[in-house]
Amino acid sequence: MKYSSLLFANLFRKKVRLMLTIGSFAAALFLFTFLAVVKSAFSRGVEVAGADRLVVINRTSIIQPLPIADRDKILTIPGIKAITHNNWFGGVYQDEKNFFPQFAIDIENQRMVFPEMVVPDDQWKTFLNDRQGAIAGARTAKRFGWKVGDRIPIKTTLFGGPGAWEFNLDGIYHNDRPGGDESQFWLQYKYFDESMPADQKGLIGWYVIRLDNPEDAARVAGAVDAVFANSTYETKTETESAFAASWVKQFGNIEFLILTIGSVVFFTLLLVTGNTMAIAVRERTAELAVLKAVGFSDRAVLFMVLGESILIAAIGGTLGLVFAAAAVPVLANALNGLLPVLVVSPVTLLTGVGFALAVGALSGLIPAFGAMRLRVVDALRRV
Amino acid sequence: MVRVDGSGSGGALIQVRGVDKNYSRAGEEIHVLQSLNLDVDKGEFVAFMGPSGSGKTTLLNLLGGLDVPTHGSITVDGDEITHMSAGKLTQWRARHVGFIFQMYNLIPVLNAFQNVELPLLLTKLSKSERRQHVEAALTIVGLAERMNHYPRQLSGGQEQRVAIARAIVADPTFLLCDEPTGDLDRKSADEILDLLTRLSTEYHKTILMVTHDPAAAERAHTLLHLNKGVLVEGAHLDQVAGGVA
Repeated sequence: MKYSSLLFANLFRKKVRLMLTIGSFAAALFLFTFLAVVKSAFSRGVEVAGADRLVVINRTSIIQPLPIADRDKILTIPGIKAITHNNWFGGVYQDEKNFFPQFAIDIENQRMVFPEMVVPDDQWKTFLNDRQGAIAGARTAKRFGWKVGDRIPIKTTLFGGPGAWEFNLDGIYHNDRPGGDESQFWLQYKYFDESMPADQKGLIGWYVIRLDNPEDAARVAGAVDAVFANSTYETKTETESAFAASWVKQFGNIEFLILTIGSVVFFTLLLVTGNTMAIAVRERTAELAVLKAVGFSDRAVLFMVLGESILIAAIGGTLGLVFAAAAVPVLANALNGLLPVLVVSPVTLLTGVGFALAVGALSGLIPAFGAMRLRVVDALRRV
Repeated sequence: MVRVDGSGSGGALIQVRGVDKNYSRAGEEIHVLQSLNLDVDKGEFVAFMGPSGSGKTTLLNLLGGLDVPTHGSITVDGDEITHMSAGKLTQWRARHVGFIFQMYNLIPVLNAFQNVELPLLLTKLSKSERRQHVEAALTIVGLAERMNHYPRQLSGGQEQRVAIARAIVADPTFLLCDEPTGDLDRKSADEILDLLTRLSTEYHKTILMVTHDPAAAERAHTLLHLNKGVLVEGAHLDQVAGGVA
């Protein structure tokens, strides 16, 4: 702490340069945090996917249906605790921009397969007895200000022609898993199926299987696909996390994209800060020599330069993280729930701080070593 | 007492024995100092004069532990510094040497107080003790009322006085002054020389000063002339001044 006055005095020596360097850090950390949040949002599905669940889709594509009759055949395979099915409803609430996922669900088995999505028993009971009933995720309910008992019109261009389907909001579910999805909207499959034209009745979008033992996943998945091999409706069965991962891949290789941008940011920042520190040390050659002459050790000079670099990184990094934390909710609102959960998690913040400090330390290392190895006699001769 | 023939007693504060300093430049060996002997007793005020390139600053660097001789030994207050490690030498400098440079070399972003305090940061003194020492040093150099001024707010002479306060604040064994008046006008130079003379007479500081200025050399108890790496005792000022020109 004795050296803090010297450290801070040196830091504020060139105010414009300091502001620009801190600005570079803040911008880079802002971008880093943003990318990390988006990456996390894309991979959230994979992270929270049940280890004991399999998803069965039409081998051709997820938009191709499967017969509901396949359910009984699947249940003959040993190791299955429960099975349920979902259909994509594809509607919007009031306006095109109000997107959120809606599923026609199998009310008898939904809660057995997705136990983490918790609906109060009384609300669930009301839902079961209400043909036009619906359950909404807490996040979606909050987004639109819905309360239990509200009448919810949902427009869909996929089913039932123009006009809105009317639903009674009978309940709101919460997700027990941290970061789990609370954006879905459930309606009864029976009500949905009744409204389908004859050639589309008895079809579902995909099955979700809950296993007795997660270790049986590969065996059961293989058995399901074997049952329907060479049939009209061939299946593709995979774990829920693999399914979520392949869903994310439809958007492109997000991880690679983010890693690439992150690496470019990292090295650019390294060069900018390294250059700034190198100039700062070069400008101060005589002063560093005097410090050494009066008795400051090589190590003290090394840590002084490194400390300066790390301090710049810490200030800039913190600013960037604060701006990002403030901006992410704004982005989340602007995206209208297009991405499931956009949050700056403590892990992201800690990673950001670590990233900033690492860049600060690395960029200061070469100038600091230069300062440490500076020979007083040579430096004073240059003055 | 100051001797250059190596005949000094073991009680001298500074003992230099058979010191050579060679540099290699573009493959050529340059002998800057040759078989140099010097004995300086405590409280002496010694001036070194000589033409440019005669080795004055090199000698000062060796005495201050900033450089090491090619051959020979230097002993200060019983410590032989020629074989000390770099780390030990740094600690030794902090304790024993006060440097005063021609260009003052103050840290521009620190005020006078903070500049003077720098050597004390390396000690175990408390903040209040450091303050007492700094105020005392600035009072000696007559700048107690300017302690919050930055170097840019001071004249050249005042800057050099702050540099002198920095050099004496830790009460070092001796002061090394490299052209302390070289960048000052006559009036300011005289003020600095008055101050150095006071440090020598009132505070009994041992001072070794390199200078081109005959007026500065006159203030010293002993004048040594350095020419082509060889030290000569008792050179006349006229001869020395002629050499400089």
